[in-house]
Amino acid sequence: MIEQIPVLLVVLPIVGGAVPLVASLVSDRAGWPVATLTLLGQTGLAGLLAWTVSTSGTVSYAVGGFAAPYGIELVVDGLSGAVALLVAVVSLGVLAYARQAGPHSSSFYGLYLLLVAGLTGMTVTGDVFNLYVFLEITGLAAYGLVASGRNASAAVAALKYLIIGTVGASLYLLGVGYLLAATGTLNMADLAAKLGEMAAYDSTLVLTAFGLMVGGLTVKVALFPLHTWQPDAYANAPDTVSAFISALVSTVSAYALARLLFSVFTVEFLTAVPVARWALVGLACVSIFAGSVLAVSQDSVQRMLAYSSVSQFGLVVAGFAIATPLAVVGATVHLLGHAVMKGGLFAATGIIERKTGATTVNGYAGMGSRVPLSAFSFAVLSLAMVGVPPAVGFVGKWYIVLGAVNAENWPVVAVLLASTLLTLAYFARLVERLYFAEATIHSEDAPAEAPVTDGSGQAVSFGMIAVVVIAAALAVALTAAVPELQAMLEDTLPPLLNQ
Amino acid sequence: MLELLNSHYNYYAVMLLLGIGLYMLIESRNLVKKVIGMNIFQTGIFLFFITLAFRAGGNPPIIEEGGGPYVSPLPHVLILTAIVVGVSLTAVALALIIRIYTEYGTLDEDKLKQLYYD
Repeated sequence: MIEQIPVLLVVLPIVGGAVPLVASLVSDRAGWPVATLTLLGQTGLAGLLAWTVSTSGTVSYAVGGFAAPYGIELVVDGLSGAVALLVAVVSLGVLAYARQAGPHSSSFYGLYLLLVAGLTGMTVTGDVFNLYVFLEITGLAAYGLVASGRNASAAVAALKYLIIGTVGASLYLLGVGYLLAATGTLNMADLAAKLGEMAAYDSTLVLTAFGLMVGGLTVKVALFPLHTWQPDAYANAPDTVSAFISALVSTVSAYALARLLFSVFTVEFLTAVPVARWALVGLACVSIFAGSVLAVSQDSVQRMLAYSSVSQFGLVVAGFAIATPLAVVGATVHLLGHAVMKGGLFAATGIIERKTGATTVNGYAGMGSRVPLSAFSFAVLSLAMVGVPPAVGFVGKWYIVLGAVNAENWPVVAVLLASTLLTLAYFARLVERLYFAEATIHSEDAPAEAPVTDGSGQAVSFGMIAVVVIAAALAVALTAAVPELQAMLEDTLPPLLNQ
Repeated sequence: MLELLNSHYNYYAVMLLLGIGLYMLIESRNLVKKVIGMNIFQTGIFLFFITLAFRAGGNPPIIEEGGGPYVSPLPHVLILTAIVVGVSLTAVALALIIRIYTEYGTLDEDKLKQLYYD
């Protein structure tokens, strides 16, 4: 039973996603209950899987009974188990938000579950071509979800996302072709072994494959300067979708990047070809700076949060590229923590907009008293993102910095420390407006600015506020779970990092 | 030089398709043409994979007595999957373009940008 769970995690949401479409022939409100049931099952299975992995080690499943390396293998170790659980929990949480915030159509829930299937597939797969297929499933579902906003600007943002995202995924596919030409295999573990045997890390073929695959994935992660699709997509999608994709899509792509670095190319490659590591670290550092600077200069809160993601993922990728055990633990903690914090922040902007009509940094002035609970959660999440202890944002950044210090990579240490100040620069501005500034929007003139997103009723439900409050609580409480995560990664990381 | 051209003409075709596709994708102002460029770019990748499978004097991979050497069947299977992915992407892209056209009444990227940011 246990070894079937990885494949069930992919099949369950796909089957669940088809049900609302069929059920829409009878009832139009079937989507939410079906999605909730499916994702409850998904969360249970993912939890069981993560528990199994942390107690008794890696679980793998050969799809269709074709043994690896010829067939497709699904492999779950500590790292992928943690990400699969994150995907299940966050998607279940966002559903509580979607109940009131909409969109309410059945096709929305079909796409929603398809996105969960794609993300989980990317997490559990052990095959580089299979990863491409799940990358495109994720992409297709995400384009559809972004376009589900009522405004036509959502369609423009989705098309931009589609074109840039497809080029990224196609570059990744081209890289897979180069790897196939070099080694004749697609299985990740087999690729790592073959690349090691050939001892040809600096051959043009392997280097080109690395460049194309990593380049393709950084488009999906949205590192600067390949981030241009992201602010438009996040700002124009319905609030539910912004919260969902900002929390998960880039996160799982960054996980795939780490998987590629450690399970396919391995740390020996990074050591043998220092220029590859420097290119990646350099890209990450540029992303940290440029993302923060762009975030400071934004007027719209949602766009600011989107640029903040560009910067935070720079931090995560820098941690992975440094590749010392501490840095990788830190990057993983920040990856998971960022998902909860950013999802919560986007959810909070949705509530504040619905209640007060405020969407800009100046509009947020004095909102601390108008929407006390959401504003307080927003402030907590902001400070957690900056890295104020004891929040989880602090632990992640702390470990990444310690890892960089261990690797004696001083320029990176400097950039990481400066990035915290830059993050403070754009979040402190907002928190200050929320609590210490004179209100610019008063309750009577709110409706003038209000119906911007999907206009499906401006009411705010208990579930929506609960999601934001829980995200804020988690951002602090997850710190307590970090030792658990470290224990889970303890068996996984040393072989990957050759310790 | 001529020999290399003769033996590797498929790869030149791949590079040409990738280049043309990417150029159209970036340079064309018409949204539909952008999608066509995206398709040409992907076709270049498909041709690259299919070319990988080739081996001189290879037979179709139907195992029989003394039938080898065979061409590799794997890239063909991969590309069948990738073609399906490409078709779905094109369908979604065209659906979005229809929505954009009904709303803004233009397919020109520059005009759209003006309307979009106003």
